[in-house]
Amino acid sequence: MNKILFSSVSMKFVMALAGLFLLLFLPVHLAINLMLLKNDPEPFNSAAGFMSSFPVIKVIEVILFAALLIHLFYGIYLQIRNWIARPARYTTGTRTKVSFFSKFMIWTGLSVLTFLILHFFNFFFIKLGLVPGNPDDFYSHAHALFKIPAYNYIYLACFVLLGLHLFHAFSSAFQTLGLNHRIWTPVVKVFARVWSIGIPAGFALISLTLWLFR
Amino acid sequence: MNLTLKIWRQKNAKAKGNFVTYKMENVSPAMSFLEMLDALNEKLVRENEDPVAFDHDCREGICGSCGMYINGHPHGPVPAVTTCHLSMRYFSDGDTIRIEPWRARAFPVIKDLIVDRSAFDRIQSEGGFISINTGSAPEANLIPVRKADADTAFDASICIGCGACVAACKNASAMLFVSARVSQYALLPQGRTEARERVRAMVSIMDELGFGSCSNTGACEAECPKEIKLTNIARLNREYHKAY
Amino acid sequence: MEKLVSKIPDGPLAQKWTKYKASSRLVSPANRKKLDIIVVGTGLSGASAASALGELGYNVSNFCYQDSPRRAHSVAAQGGINAAKNYRNDGDSVYRLFTDMIKGGDFRSREANVYRAAEVSNQVIDHFTAIGVPFARDYGGTLDTRSFGGVQVSRTFYVKGQTGQQCLLGCYSSLNRQIKKGTVKMFPRREMLDLVLIGGKARGIITRNLVTGEIERHGAHAVVLATGGYGTIYYLSTLAVNSNASAAWKAYKKGAFFANPAFIQIHPTCVPQMNEFQKKLTLMSESLRNDGRVWVPLRADDERRPNDIPEGERDYFLERRYPAFGNLVPRDVASRAAKERCDAGFGVGETKLAVYLDFRDAIEKQGKKVIEEKYGNLFQMYKTITGSDPYEEPMRIYPAGHYTMGGLWVDYELMTTIPGLYAIGESNFSDHGANRLGASSLMQAAGDGYFILPNTINNYLAGEIQQPKISTDAPEFEEAERSVTGRINRLMAVRGTQSASAFHRRLGKIMWDHVGMVRNGKGLEEALGMVAELEDEFWKDLLIPGSPDELNHELEKAGRVADFFELARLMITDALHRRESCGAHFREEYQTPDGEAMRNDREFAHVAVWEYAGEDREPVLHREKLVFEEAEMKIRSYK
Repeated sequence: MNKILFSSVSMKFVMALAGLFLLLFLPVHLAINLMLLKNDPEPFNSAAGFMSSFPVIKVIEVILFAALLIHLFYGIYLQIRNWIARPARYTTGTRTKVSFFSKFMIWTGLSVLTFLILHFFNFFFIKLGLVPGNPDDFYSHAHALFKIPAYNYIYLACFVLLGLHLFHAFSSAFQTLGLNHRIWTPVVKVFARVWSIGIPAGFALISLTLWLFR
Repeated sequence: MNLTLKIWRQKNAKAKGNFVTYKMENVSPAMSFLEMLDALNEKLVRENEDPVAFDHDCREGICGSCGMYINGHPHGPVPAVTTCHLSMRYFSDGDTIRIEPWRARAFPVIKDLIVDRSAFDRIQSEGGFISINTGSAPEANLIPVRKADADTAFDASICIGCGACVAACKNASAMLFVSARVSQYALLPQGRTEARERVRAMVSIMDELGFGSCSNTGACEAECPKEIKLTNIARLNREYHKAY
Repeated sequence: MEKLVSKIPDGPLAQKWTKYKASSRLVSPANRKKLDIIVVGTGLSGASAASALGELGYNVSNFCYQDSPRRAHSVAAQGGINAAKNYRNDGDSVYRLFTDMIKGGDFRSREANVYRAAEVSNQVIDHFTAIGVPFARDYGGTLDTRSFGGVQVSRTFYVKGQTGQQCLLGCYSSLNRQIKKGTVKMFPRREMLDLVLIGGKARGIITRNLVTGEIERHGAHAVVLATGGYGTIYYLSTLAVNSNASAAWKAYKKGAFFANPAFIQIHPTCVPQMNEFQKKLTLMSESLRNDGRVWVPLRADDERRPNDIPEGERDYFLERRYPAFGNLVPRDVASRAAKERCDAGFGVGETKLAVYLDFRDAIEKQGKKVIEEKYGNLFQMYKTITGSDPYEEPMRIYPAGHYTMGGLWVDYELMTTIPGLYAIGESNFSDHGANRLGASSLMQAAGDGYFILPNTINNYLAGEIQQPKISTDAPEFEEAERSVTGRINRLMAVRGTQSASAFHRRLGKIMWDHVGMVRNGKGLEEALGMVAELEDEFWKDLLIPGSPDELNHELEKAGRVADFFELARLMITDALHRRESCGAHFREEYQTPDGEAMRNDREFAHVAVWEYAGEDREPVLHREKLVFEEAEMKIRSYK
């Protein structure tokens, strides 16, 4: 049993599944965030309210957190194993052509994590009552945050990093799941690019709009 | 042409290594990389100095013995060749060439540029075979094999076990090597019977021996002298998931 | 004479092997695990023998000098592996394969052995297919074959241009299965430096651990040599640069007879030498001659690019001289014809030591795609080495030393003249006579290892079941180890000025020039003197840096070169004795007016078997008379 759970291939498999699940969450979040662009706080707040009260969503939220933690822990664990796998480094820098962003997954991933923690402090923990704030009006709260330039810088940087992370992660997950096909793999690759640029760009545009034009 | 070589010298597994600089004069562009090192070694022997140790045998790119990290590439900068087939015409007069051994926990250095790749043999012996005793094989044409499958199996089976994939991978992962073996047998009906046991055993020993995991960077594919494809790794993953 | 008992079973040729298997002694499974066998070498024959013996339940120790058994030089065989399956319905049969081999070997091989090799060839293909060798297939899913090496049937199974690699990896995989089971223990990076005899029987070997320099003793009830050929005696050859004759040579010096050492095949299609530092000549598979046409310019010293030479000014010399077989004449014939043209001044390239192998017509007729399908990897390899593209411009090729038909003398059971010492694959002499047909080396090596040895070795081991484990503390081991260490120390102590490679290169040149594609009495006599002189110099001026207690490639090389000197003298002696031209052995004195080989069956229809008589003494010649009951002795003609 240990062999299955802790084999590198299984761990990658679970990581990929978890990652893909997290990927699915992003457009939902983006759709809700788009409501921030409206001048009326009601749609956003009720959507946020719905997300925090509907039972099915509650369940998904738990899965989402589990996925996040698994993705995180497996990612770090595998990375440490990978570092150990090469104790003596090359003194000549590598010149092998690789997909560029694949080299920095741990760093882009950890950066996104840092942002997530910040994000939790700003929103999720308010909802849980761990941090002071009004959980019924995230609309105003968000608008207020996006008026702070520093927050915007961090926010934008984070989504660039998320984009870089996804750029490799999306199609890589399919490879890890063993889903490879003569015709469909190239399609997935194109789709992955669109996704990994489009979704972070959506988030970034919202922040830019609220910051600069409202 | 004249070259400056910076070569990793390490007396044995326990000794500390370091780079030593050698000047090579009048290198002919018609030489192979190993012949250039042979010329250096002849010079060193004449001076009663310890020649640079490196593995090599067939010198025609098929045995997989040779392999060194040359200017940031396993087997040097030319794609799809082994070190023995790397021609000096790809270098220019005045170049400095840095030569290091493969570096991976699972491939400890034995001396200079020689590393111990017996981990590959260990992986193979865990499951890289079809369990048929001599004498019990059926008539060869009894089991037809789709030509496309036989060809794909061949494309995987041409791996020479040189270790360039491990050397190139930032994680020192052996996935390309293992996947090539798993693919060959998975694609042939003869190998299907024990496909599950095989892939489980080979992945398990691969982890145990201290190779890293696959991050799908594609470095292995880029440096493989036999151009083994990443699709094999997807197949390995698929076979592994199916095996449980 | 009574030392050469070939133990050929009575009865009709086709029944001999069946009869032998039915009557030879066996070892019960319970006793097998008490018996130890040493197999030296992990090529096609060594790995297959080790795994098949392991499957039977013997305790096998398998040795190789490489870092992994998968690197043995069988890996480099390209073209294919023969079998008498007759899948093409083109009239093939075991009998025809047998006669082709006998004829190809120019009637200098042993009928019973050759027939058996042909007989087990089908089992070999079945087995390789079953263990996952991805042979080329037709669209219907059945195995494809091609015609190969001067025969008129299509019986060669292949895996693109990498048949050897794939077959070897097949053997390697079955070896690994046994390693996992624990029946075979693998000893890589070991070089066999002596054979140990106790009471006249082979009882073990002395090896040097090539990493630590340690001298090790290994005892066993039987020793199997699967150590390949000695083509590297030419320095430049198609062999792996570390291939060597030492294991077989030590066996010879311990009393195993050496047969036909002068029979060494020169392969016609190799990439010519390009620089003086070159260590190796790369083979371009003979299968290329199926579609490539060999030619030189009609005019000597024609400096034009090959594509600029019009059809009328080309000399397709093989098609001209041998209209019936054309470009597909056997290797020895093709090699000599190329040499003849080059010697006459028609060679091409900078060195003028090359001829063209042209695919223009084949590409035109069959299309580039078909040619690529057949030879893609070979063309790629050629381009990598030379920088020239064979799809655009003809290849340049020249013959190079390739395969040794000669080797340790063995009887029908593949046992040498030392009881308990076996020689299989290229290291023995038995199946290829004076010239080997294409695609029959893989066939013979795998046949020996998988199907023949495991059925003959029992006959000997059945008498050994009372023999307890061989103790390596025996004085014989002591003595052998002392002599090994003594020789290493002697080599180290020379402390001269030249590297072993420098001597090897010079020895190779002597051998290539005088004991190569063509030989003559005068040249051979000269060579004998030159080799002796060079050997003398070697022992006075060799320089090995470092110490013997560590990884020391120079020491390894020196030991091998020292053995090559001695073998070279035996080769020359054998070539001198054989005053006839047969197969690869071409004596200029014995040729027809139009330059074809002239065999002398009356005096030389025998295997020349040499017995070591001691340091500074001439080897003793024994003759194994060759009797041809089935095959009719004919003059080979490919005209």
